[in-house]
Amino acid sequence: MTHAETSEEMSHEEAANDRVMFGFWVYLMTDLLMFSVLFAVYAVLHGNSLGGPTGRDLFSPPLALTETLILLTSSFTCGLGMIAARKGIKKQTLFWFGITFLLGLAFLSIELYEFVEFIHEGHTMRSNAFMSSFFLLVGTHGVHITSALIWAAITLFFVAKRGLTKSMVRKLSMLSLFWHFLDIVWIFIFTVVYLMAFV
Amino acid sequence: MREFLIGKLNADALPHEWFTIAGSVGFTLMLLFAVGLITYKKRWKWLWNEWFTSVDPKKIGIMYFIAGGFMLVRGGLDAIMLWLQQSLSSGSSHGYLSADHFQQIFTAHGNIMVFFVAMALIFGLINYIVPLQIGARDLASPFMNTLGFWLYVAGVIMVNMFFFLGNEYGAAGWLAVAPLSGKEFSPGVGMDYWIWSLQISGIGTTLAAINFIMTMLKMRAKGMTLFKMPLFTWGSLCSMAMAVTVFPLLTMTIFLMFFDRYFGTHFFTTTGGGNAMMYTNLIWMWGHPEVYILMLPSLGVFSEVVSTFSRKPIAFYKSNVFGMIGISTLALMVWLHHFFTMGAGADVNSAFGVATMIIAIPTTVLVFSWIVTMYKGKIRLTVPMLWFLGFIAVFALGGISGVLLAIPPVDFQLHNSLFLVAHFHSTVVGGVLFGIFAGLAYWFPKIAGFRLNERIGRYAVWSWIIGFFVAFIPLYVLGLMGATRRLDHYDASTGWQPFFIMSLIGGIIIAIGAALQIVQIIASFIQKRRLADTTGDPWDGRTLEWSVASPAPAYNFAVIPEVSSRDAYFEMKKLGISKPTYKDIHMPKNTASGIYISIFAFLVGFGFVWEIVWLVVVSILGIIICLIAKTFNEDSEYTIPAEVVEKMEEHQADKVRAFHKDDDEVDMGLLEFIKIALSWAWRLVRGKR
Repeated sequence: MTHAETSEEMSHEEAANDRVMFGFWVYLMTDLLMFSVLFAVYAVLHGNSLGGPTGRDLFSPPLALTETLILLTSSFTCGLGMIAARKGIKKQTLFWFGITFLLGLAFLSIELYEFVEFIHEGHTMRSNAFMSSFFLLVGTHGVHITSALIWAAITLFFVAKRGLTKSMVRKLSMLSLFWHFLDIVWIFIFTVVYLMAFV
Repeated sequence: MREFLIGKLNADALPHEWFTIAGSVGFTLMLLFAVGLITYKKRWKWLWNEWFTSVDPKKIGIMYFIAGGFMLVRGGLDAIMLWLQQSLSSGSSHGYLSADHFQQIFTAHGNIMVFFVAMALIFGLINYIVPLQIGARDLASPFMNTLGFWLYVAGVIMVNMFFFLGNEYGAAGWLAVAPLSGKEFSPGVGMDYWIWSLQISGIGTTLAAINFIMTMLKMRAKGMTLFKMPLFTWGSLCSMAMAVTVFPLLTMTIFLMFFDRYFGTHFFTTTGGGNAMMYTNLIWMWGHPEVYILMLPSLGVFSEVVSTFSRKPIAFYKSNVFGMIGISTLALMVWLHHFFTMGAGADVNSAFGVATMIIAIPTTVLVFSWIVTMYKGKIRLTVPMLWFLGFIAVFALGGISGVLLAIPPVDFQLHNSLFLVAHFHSTVVGGVLFGIFAGLAYWFPKIAGFRLNERIGRYAVWSWIIGFFVAFIPLYVLGLMGATRRLDHYDASTGWQPFFIMSLIGGIIIAIGAALQIVQIIASFIQKRRLADTTGDPWDGRTLEWSVASPAPAYNFAVIPEVSSRDAYFEMKKLGISKPTYKDIHMPKNTASGIYISIFAFLVGFGFVWEIVWLVVVSILGIIICLIAKTFNEDSEYTIPAEVVEKMEEHQADKVRAFHKDDDEVDMGLLEFIKIALSWAWRLVRGKR
């Protein structure tokens, strides 16, 4: 390829990167639509607790706030990780993404704790439509977080092994997009599920 | 232990109904024949390397056609069975199908035609044609394309699995409305097969749609701005944009239903605070746009066909584009017209009724664009053009009855009647199937390297058009007389039987049309040398796909063209093309990951249907491992050297220079075909002696 062309057009690899990132954005939008169904279902069914406990009786605002703060912090550390990755500093990248991973794990444990607590008290997703929609909405988010953690672990392993190649940086930026996306969805869950229960 | 190993599976699951025995034996024989033929011809390696693991959208497109065509015959048989039952089962006669079996057949017919026929054929066309029209060598993500295709195949196998294990298909209608589809009312595995066949193929569709959007928005040739894009590509873009918008809704809705059935949640149940109408709402939020997802590429095909065969650029190009965008936007806002009787109240019903009627406006814009294109054009009445004219007749009927049904008070009378059935068959057969057939006839030379037989093709078109009216006009009348849809038996005093019999006759004429299409393809193969498309441009085409050889080379374009106007290739032909300098071409390597992942996805579904937990867990792990292996494999491209490209292009150029056109119609007629077929049969019999 001549010099004039490279300055004018993107290289083969850059163009591929550009396409993949765009495709990933489109994928995120489809995922968002799946969540939108769950939010709509929750909005329709959240009143149908059939005499069982309502959200006001069940939810613990401090716990939900802790989850929110943890996830927001993890988004911040994820952003720091991305800056390091773009600069090509491998150690810092691994460090910040490692912190993000641990914060994600903490978030997930709190969520699981909450679920186990509910189930112990006899409020399962079979109890009534409200519990069904609660478990599915929050649970789907939890499954997303879990898969993001698995993805992060594998990607970090390959970053440690192969270094910050162009394609690794692309994979990291997709991961961080996904992470921020889950953060945004959580903000809505925090508002619609936990805060609205106390309105 | 046994339950752990094989879940709910037991001897009862083996085929014991007449239709499952017939189906399983039939499929097994076909499979054995195919396996035997491939083994005899020693083609396994070739099949695996050149086709199954291919990431070439042209090959994937052809595989979509073959699978979709096969399922078209399968779904068509269902239709004939329904027609036969309805014309027999009047008064004291109860026909030859049990009520339950009848329900399973209409469920299967709807499912298969929408998900496994129409979607497949549309994806086949888009795969083959869109990259060629926009001047791209491949799709944005070749891997996602093969994965999407094989997930579709897994869905196809899943939808036919009940023949071998289970003995029952879902019987709750093609959309499986709740609460009928819940565990309480449909306890069998039929519904579970329904869930998993749609879930697996639906995810494949979402992936494919994302991929096509990436391709169309990011990989167009230099100079091809959005408003210079060919109209088939525009139709496909609108269609795929809708697909990524609504298929996630389908996936999630079916996911919730799966939870209702397997884990006892209360989303769509009648007890526990569930809301069954919410299912109807959610499924139609996907279901209505789905019809337009199928139709928009077909409308795009018609724009190409009309423009090419009128030898004129399309009239009102921009209005045509905005018409398609308008249709896709409005289509997302009308789902409630499928259940005006839900009781949402006059205000809501009126809003949705008006929104529905407004769709007629952008649709009419398209029709006017085609009419004005034909006006004073040099029209050639080829087979694709005949399909277009048939579409206008059939679709006008469907459109007018649609506007009628959009009026809530009228809908209260006609909903759930055969009038409705006749309406949506008019739109879908006219608007989707005829478009696909037109596209297939139009692009067949590009795909196969020779054009289709025109004479037999004309017979097929006329059989379809006449058959359609004979079959569906009686259904409109029956609907007005009060016949509800999905009737397996009716009283003799209704006087409906003659209409049902007439409808059956129409169905048979359509079947003859379909048979003629198969004959047409065979006859074209026999005459493939004489029908050969040497120039790559048999119709004096206007868009870029006609600028390359037929069939298109693996790399599509030796040099990516630069586009400066709408009918890019027509412009190039006028200006003449200078000899380009060739460069190395990078192409994606074949991969089998798509097949492996789809096998695991199939096993996940199968494990869930029969409640085999270990199989589900192992298969999900399998999918994850395959994905990791694929994602972190960096070696995914190979290079075609410039010399090879030059040699291939020179060869094609020589062929074009040597070509001289003769205008005699060489296509064999039906009689000649029968003569050849008989002489073959005769030789086969004599050879055996």
